[in-house]
Amino acid sequence: MIASVSESSAASSGKLIVDGVSKWFRTPRASVQALDNMNLRVAEGEFVCLVGPSGCGKTTLLDIMAGLTKPDEGRVLADGELVQGPGRHRLVMFQESALFPWLTVFGNVMFGLKRKPGLSNAERREIAESHLRLVGLEKFKKSFVHELSGGMKQRVALARSLAPDPQVLLMDEPFGALDAITREQLYQDLQDICRERRKTVVFVTHNVREAVCLGDRVFILSPSPGRIREEFRISLPRPRDINSPELATIAQRITLALKAYLVSSQAAAE
Amino acid sequence: MKRTLVVIVFFAALIGIWQAATASGRWSPVLLPPPLAVAEYLWGALNDGTLIDAARVTLQRLLIGYVIGIVIGLPLGLAVSTSRYMEDTVGALALGLQTLPSVCWVPLALLWFGQTESAMLFVVVMGTVWSVVLATSTGARTIPPIYARAARTMGSEGFDKWTRVILPASLPFVVSGMKQGWAFAWRSLMAAEIFVTILTGFGLGHLLQYGRELSAMDQVIGVMISIVVIGLIADKVLFSPWERFLHRRWGTGMI
Repeated sequence: MIASVSESSAASSGKLIVDGVSKWFRTPRASVQALDNMNLRVAEGEFVCLVGPSGCGKTTLLDIMAGLTKPDEGRVLADGELVQGPGRHRLVMFQESALFPWLTVFGNVMFGLKRKPGLSNAERREIAESHLRLVGLEKFKKSFVHELSGGMKQRVALARSLAPDPQVLLMDEPFGALDAITREQLYQDLQDICRERRKTVVFVTHNVREAVCLGDRVFILSPSPGRIREEFRISLPRPRDINSPELATIAQRITLALKAYLVSSQAAAE
Repeated sequence: MKRTLVVIVFFAALIGIWQAATASGRWSPVLLPPPLAVAEYLWGALNDGTLIDAARVTLQRLLIGYVIGIVIGLPLGLAVSTSRYMEDTVGALALGLQTLPSVCWVPLALLWFGQTESAMLFVVVMGTVWSVVLATSTGARTIPPIYARAARTMGSEGFDKWTRVILPASLPFVVSGMKQGWAFAWRSLMAAEIFVTILTGFGLGHLLQYGRELSAMDQVIGVMISIVVIGLIADKVLFSPWERFLHRRWGTGMI
């Protein structure tokens, strides 16, 4: 049920390949290494979770995959092509909802679609409507962002990220600010959607259970500098329930491994 | 309903105090005319068209100058927000010139343009543009960077990003900047009109100054009241819709 592999050994032709990526942050006083030689291969249709404590560079890595930040060393390949900037094939769903307050819910979902070529406006509207139905918010299409609850906002953000049909979805702790009940509902929704559409997802979180619930593979990261430490393949049947005892057992083992790396990296720092 | 009543009572009380003050006979009616005399002047000036004409001349100058100010100020403000160099140079200039009372531009405008409409417009533009630049650049700089990041991942770059994301995101600041710009434009135009007589148009400021020259206090007060009322109406007509729009979309209080 659980296999521990030291090096990434996924399919050789990855959808998304992170190849030896390092990143430093330069402040006036010091240069801090955020990422240290990260390697990651994500196969098409795979759901990969990156778990680690804050400061392990998860968000930075996601930004680099998105093309929003450039790595200092190494490179990122998407479909075998070098990532040099953001592109609509790799959409990001952010920690807090980055919905635009000046647009309605519908306008937000349309934003990415309007910038996708090769669609008629009628098709765009149709796609936006269907994605609002998908997240169960078709009744709120004319609402403004501030009128929605936190969970509804993240649903709209999910619909907005899915609507232009990106090949890769990069999710940066998208459910971090939500209450447990709303979150559990969204785990189900996300699993259903990903199974139906075979999306490639990289999901960043500090919640081990969340990672085990969603991921095909879970990578644990340790901080200062951020390193990928270990890979766990999760072969629990789907859909998974975050409250199931099997899931909890795996999560516990991953948590223990994570803590061990934390202790060792702290020792190394001292 | 209750609010309207409060407003009516308040202004009725104000006029009542004014009436009582003139009736007491402590001040000469030449210096403090009773409300009725001012109302009479206003009625007469409305009917013979002097007030309407003057208001039209003034508002025309104001609108043209204001629009020029916005057209220059908005893009300049966005440009200032893009780089530190722009901020250190154009931003500093805008900050400096914004603190300069716009009536200080009058002597320069007179020497450059003579007693012409251009001089009036120049003063209004100078009064407007800098506060618009400052408000817009502050707005564009303080919007959450996550908006731009999200937009970029959805394929919005360059001009599209600026017009469809940065500008609407900074709208609350832009509107308050435009409002401030309007107030400055209004003030600078009044100052300019009081200072400078030009032949191409007789504005409210001229009417006010004319009243002083004739020692016609009813006219002075009447024109002042007209200026206040026009200012209030302009505020309601021009900015209330924007503020309601912002309130509805952002869910914030009135900004």
